[in-house]
Amino acid sequence: MIKNRLGNLSYQLAALLLAFGVVSLILLSVDASPSEAYKNIFKGSFGEMRKFAEVLVAFVPLLLVTAGLLVTFSSGLWNIGVEGQVVLGAIATTWVYRFYLDSDLPPTLIIILAIIGGMLGGAIWAALAGILKVFGGVNEIFGGLGLNFVATALTIYLIFGPWKRPGVASMSGTVPFPDEFSLPLWQNLRISPWALVIALIGIVFVYFLLQGTYFGLRLKAVGKNFRAAYLLGIPTWQYSMYSFLICGALAGAAGAMQVAAVYHRLIPSISSGYGYLGLMVAMLINYQALWAVPH
Amino acid sequence: MSQETILIGLAGVLASASPLIFAVIGETLSERAGVINLSMNGTILLSAMGGFAVAYNTENIVLGFLAGMLIGALVALIVAFASITLQQSQVAVGFVLALTCRDLAYFLGNDYMGVPGPRLQAMPIPVLGDIPVLGPLFFRHDVITYISFIAIFFAWLWIFRTRPGLMLQGIGEKPAAAYIRGANVNLMRYVYTIVGGALIGLAGPAFSLAIRAGWMGTISGLDGFGWIALSITIFGGWNPVRGAFGAYLFAFLQWLGLVLQPVLTQVPSQVLQVAPFPLMILTLLLVNIGNAEWVERTLAAMPESARKIFAKMLRAMRTSPPAALGVPFERD
Repeated sequence: MIKNRLGNLSYQLAALLLAFGVVSLILLSVDASPSEAYKNIFKGSFGEMRKFAEVLVAFVPLLLVTAGLLVTFSSGLWNIGVEGQVVLGAIATTWVYRFYLDSDLPPTLIIILAIIGGMLGGAIWAALAGILKVFGGVNEIFGGLGLNFVATALTIYLIFGPWKRPGVASMSGTVPFPDEFSLPLWQNLRISPWALVIALIGIVFVYFLLQGTYFGLRLKAVGKNFRAAYLLGIPTWQYSMYSFLICGALAGAAGAMQVAAVYHRLIPSISSGYGYLGLMVAMLINYQALWAVPH
Repeated sequence: MSQETILIGLAGVLASASPLIFAVIGETLSERAGVINLSMNGTILLSAMGGFAVAYNTENIVLGFLAGMLIGALVALIVAFASITLQQSQVAVGFVLALTCRDLAYFLGNDYMGVPGPRLQAMPIPVLGDIPVLGPLFFRHDVITYISFIAIFFAWLWIFRTRPGLMLQGIGEKPAAAYIRGANVNLMRYVYTIVGGALIGLAGPAFSLAIRAGWMGTISGLDGFGWIALSITIFGGWNPVRGAFGAYLFAFLQWLGLVLQPVLTQVPSQVLQVAPFPLMILTLLLVNIGNAEWVERTLAAMPESARKIFAKMLRAMRTSPPAALGVPFERD
C-alpha cells in the first residue's frame, strides 16, 4: 500500500516536472525567461495580501464548479456543459437583481434570492443536458458543448439587446448594480468572506454526500457500472438526472458569486472559463473531494 | 437572385465544406479503429495557426499544409500514446488537449494576427471547367477542394472495399477477433489515429491558407468547428460518404443563413452565429433517439401502419458507434 502510494507520488512528481518543462519550452520559444515568469506567478499570487485575495476570488467559483463536477464524475458523466451552467447561473442572478431593482425588500433578502435564482438557473441548464442524455441518447459531452455556445451567445444577446446600458451597449457589460446588492467585501480587498463560506459549504456538502450517504453510494454505483446498478434496482436514470441537477446548482452558485461578489453586473466573459478549469481540477485531483481544498 | 449567383454560392458551399470533410474523415478513421480523438477543436485551431505561420515565413504554401498535417499527427500521437499505451481515458486526454491546443494557438499566433499572408489560388481544370453548370460547380476550385472530393471517395473505398479496411472495421468492432486473425491491434490503432490526426491537421490550413485566409486569433470564428466536425462524424455513422453529406449540408445551411440575413433583419446576429450549435444538438438527437428505450415502447404502442413508417424513419437516421470505441485492447 505504502509502496504503491510512493509509486503514485513519483509519477505525479514526474508529471509535474514534465508540465514545468513544457511550459518553459513554450516560454523560451517566445523569448521569455521561464524563471522570471515563475517568479512573477509566485509574487503575483502570494506577494501581498491584496494579491492573495485575488487568488481567493478565483478560488471561490473554481471550488464550487469542482465540487459540482465531483458529483457528475461520480455518476460516470462528463458534464462539459458546466461552463454554460456557470453562465446561466450568472444570467439568472442578474435577472433576479434586475427584477428587485426598485423594490423595498431588504437587500440581504434580495442577495439570497439572487443566489438561489442563480443556482436554479444553473440547474435548469444542466437539466437540459440531462434530458438530452437520458431521453434523447445525446452524449452529454456534445449536448453540453452545444449548450455552452448557446449560453455565451445568450449573454451577449442580453448585454447588447434587452439589458443594454442606456445609451450605448458595450462589451463592458450591463449597468453595475447598487452597492447594497454586493456581497460584503473583506475590508478593502476584493474578496468577500461570504463567498468563501458559500464555496466551502459547497465542497463540504459534496464530500459528505459522496462519502457519508446512501444516496452517494448509489450514485457511485451508477457511475461504476450502470447496467449492474440498474439490475440491483437503483433507479439509474433518475440518479443521472439528480447528479446533473446538483452539479448545475453548484455551477449556478459559482455564476451567482461572479455577479454578486466580483463583477456586480453581467459581462460577456462572466464565467471566465472556470467551468473548463474546474474540469481540469477535478481530473487532477483524481476525482477525490478531499483534494479539492489545499490542506 | 440570378441563376449565376446561386451557382457561385453553391460552388462556395462545396469549397467551404472542405476543412470539415478532412476533419470528419480523419476522425472517422481514428474512431473506426477504436480511438476517439476529442482534441479536434484545438488541433484545427493550432494547425490553422501553425500552417499559416509556416507558409508566411517560408513563403511556401505547400509547406504550410504539411506543417498543419504534422501538428495534427503529433497531437494524435499524444492521444494514441496516452490512451493505447498508458490506457488513460481518451475523453480526458482529448479534452485537455482540445483546450491546450486552442490556447496555445491563440498565444503563439499573436504575432500573426491580421497579417496578410499567402492564399491558395483557384485552379480551374481546362475543358471540364467549361461545362455548363457542372464546370463552375465542381471544376473551378483550388487544389485543396479537389483533394477533399477525392478524399471522400478514397476513404470510402479503403474502409469498405479493401482488405486492410475490413481489418480496420474489425479492430474497432471486435479487436479480439481481429487479433486472432493476425492484426496487430494496438499498432494499427496508432497508425490510424496518427493518419486520422494528420487529416484533421489538414483542416486547419484549409481554413487559414484557403477559404478564410489569414490568422485572426480569437475572432477568427474557428472555435467550435472541431466540435461540429465531431458531431458530423456521429451523424455520418462513421461512413465517409454520409459524413461528407453532413458536412455539405452544414456548409449549405451556413450559406443559407448568410443569404437570408438581410431578409431576417429582426433576428439578432448572435442568434444566427450560434445557430450551428442547436442544430448540432438536434441532429445528434435525431440519430440517437431511435436507441432510446421510451421510443421503442412508444413505437410498440402505436397502430401497425404508423409504427412501420416511424420505425423506418428512425432506422434510416440512426447510427451506432464502433463497438470497441474508447475501449483499450489487451491481449490475454
